[in-house]
Amino acid sequence: MDFSYTPEEKAFREEVRSYLHEALPASLVEKGKKSLRLTAEDLRLWHKILNDRGWLAWHWPEEYGGTNWTPVQAHIFDEEIVYAHAPRIIPFGVNMLAPCLIKFGTPEQKAHYLPKILSSEHWWCQGYSEPGSGSDLASLKTTAVLEGDEWVINGQKTWTTLGHIADHIFVLARTNKDVKPQEGISFFLVPMDQPGIEVRPIITLDGEHEVNEVFLTDVRIPKENIVGEVDKGWTVAKYLLTYERTGIAGVAFSKLAMDGLKAAAAKMKQNGKPMKEDPFFAARMGRIEVDLMAMEIFNLRTVAAAGGGSAGGVESSMLKIKGTEIRQEITDLARRVYGPHALPFVPEAFDEGWNEDPPMGPDGAMVPANKYFNMRKVSIYGGSNEIQRNIISKMGLGL
Amino acid sequence: MDFQLSEERQMLKDTLERFVREKYDIDTRHKAAKMDGGFDPAMWAEFAELGAVGALVPGEMGGFGGGGEDLMVVFEALGRGIVVEPFLATGVLGATPLIEAGREDLLEEVIAGGLHLALAHTEPDSRFEMSQVSTKATGGKITGRKAVVLNGGTADKLIVSARSSGAVDDEAGIGLYLVDANGPGVEKRAYGAVDGGHAAEFVFDGAPGEALTGEGDGFAVLEKTLGRGVLALCAEALGAMEVCKEVTVEYLKTRKQFGAPLGKFQALAHRMVQVVIAIEQARSMTMLAAGMMDAPRAERERMLSAAKHLVGRVGRQVAEETIQMHGGIAMTWEYNAPHFAKRIVMIDHMLGDEDFHLGRFMALEDAA
Repeated sequence: MDFSYTPEEKAFREEVRSYLHEALPASLVEKGKKSLRLTAEDLRLWHKILNDRGWLAWHWPEEYGGTNWTPVQAHIFDEEIVYAHAPRIIPFGVNMLAPCLIKFGTPEQKAHYLPKILSSEHWWCQGYSEPGSGSDLASLKTTAVLEGDEWVINGQKTWTTLGHIADHIFVLARTNKDVKPQEGISFFLVPMDQPGIEVRPIITLDGEHEVNEVFLTDVRIPKENIVGEVDKGWTVAKYLLTYERTGIAGVAFSKLAMDGLKAAAAKMKQNGKPMKEDPFFAARMGRIEVDLMAMEIFNLRTVAAAGGGSAGGVESSMLKIKGTEIRQEITDLARRVYGPHALPFVPEAFDEGWNEDPPMGPDGAMVPANKYFNMRKVSIYGGSNEIQRNIISKMGLGL
Repeated sequence: MDFQLSEERQMLKDTLERFVREKYDIDTRHKAAKMDGGFDPAMWAEFAELGAVGALVPGEMGGFGGGGEDLMVVFEALGRGIVVEPFLATGVLGATPLIEAGREDLLEEVIAGGLHLALAHTEPDSRFEMSQVSTKATGGKITGRKAVVLNGGTADKLIVSARSSGAVDDEAGIGLYLVDANGPGVEKRAYGAVDGGHAAEFVFDGAPGEALTGEGDGFAVLEKTLGRGVLALCAEALGAMEVCKEVTVEYLKTRKQFGAPLGKFQALAHRMVQVVIAIEQARSMTMLAAGMMDAPRAERERMLSAAKHLVGRVGRQVAEETIQMHGGIAMTWEYNAPHFAKRIVMIDHMLGDEDFHLGRFMALEDAA
């Protein structure tokens, strides 16, 4: 056993760090630090910054523009992105659809779509969940019917993250009603700039617009816009979900959040003493810190054993559960540390350039309560933690 | 970064695990625990012959291991059998001060299985506080009381912490002394423990002690000794937790109620998953601590405390769920799993519990 990074790995970390330092505009870093809202332009710029360096699609095979990094390099890269306060990579095109195209797509699809994902010419969103199909995704009701050379799609998708800034959506739709639910689903590629597609915002409990409903009414796409065979879309969908869970442990996010929490606990006072000296609060922080340290090693063990971009199903399910529990615990403490000052909330304060005058509460106090509510999502999306437990108990333990 | 064991350690692990699996079933364990002194001397000799004691001692002191990983491998294998032979008392808590003092002469006997040791450190009022020592050392004579000395009843020699100067909880002023357990000025009362182990209370009244550290200068060695003990206990608990997991999963698959195996009931299946994740967490933290045994003091101790804290917390969860998910059968002496659960719970009473080590972990942050 050896827990240290090799000189090559350290040099790689330095390379990533210095590129991000040099290429990330100060305004983006500032937004990251203060948890301000990001615009569509911000996200496109961020993808461009990575793509310019050949790092956007690091886990693709080299022939398509990937990097052939080791799992440890990938881990370092993930960490450095977070530590640089950069935006996250928007996964729908580059991390989710692309691996499916590479595995199941036709040569024409690969040649057409992959370069456009890299260049951000295409901006994808995900058409999976439906109002009646959450964890039980295979029960989905959106239909696709072949009419001549076109598929005609009808139905409703929901929780479509960043659907309002996307121009393409990949859609799971039912193509056969006479077989088991999983066996009659197909996977479609749908341009959104056409009649019959309507995107409506869903405002989440933190007051933000990130997710949407997408209505599809007699949407027509060419016959060849299907990934994999007709009725075999579930295989593609499941493959995609393993990619969605990769990195979901969010170790680096949690480490950064833990640093922020500690700084706040040193600053915020009760009875003239910093909260980190309050034995009850300190104990809560200490437990999470230990959990996080353990999970970092757990994550590295899994990554090292997997040896690729995608972790094994059972391990990634375990990391998803533990990682999201820890992220939620930290945001819980981040809210508590501010005590009464977590209450004030001005929605405009999360837009760039907003100035508070006179100052309202301690620096940063307005972020964590809202973030706590936002973070409730992490144990729900990507297959709820209960679904993950089903996967582990069946696949891992054989129960 | 490499999480694999070296080839030698993998072999050691395989050998010990096979030995425990084939020769150390729960009945053997109960029989050993009921013997005078609380273990089977013949079994101890077999373990020694296998090299299990030597693996805890570094090469320059006549052994062939002694590192963090060696401790982890040996004690995890022992935990799979909740072995009662005095590995912790003799091979770790006793041997470490001798290693630090360069006492190859005595270690040779230890490795061969011929010399039993015990660390007499805890006192009636010290609980888990490492620097709390009121036992006095004056001119090489030891006077004071020591409590819950693991395997103290069968030890030939004791390593006694005693103070030659300073206040009762000062780190400075503590020395470690080698004392003949059956010599003059030593009174003992040995007893069995709730988890099948053995311990003893000691009263020293002017007992002659041979200094193993500089006078009043032994805290660093003491801390290192206790730290290696902490790692050993974490690893032993891990081995025992793995057994709890395996036995409970098997039970969930085979035991039927309401016409279905218990594992088909989500209330149980989901909790079993939580147990499995918790064990992976405890394993990860223990691996990290094992890998940091040669790190600078504050960093090393902080990781050890993190590991002992997490093992204590997770251990209780594993132990209680093992019993609960089995139901009535786990309330019987005859069944094996509850004995593993008992050992895991009582490990939290040794060398600092979950709360003690959480506090220490946080206090060490500024030092690290």
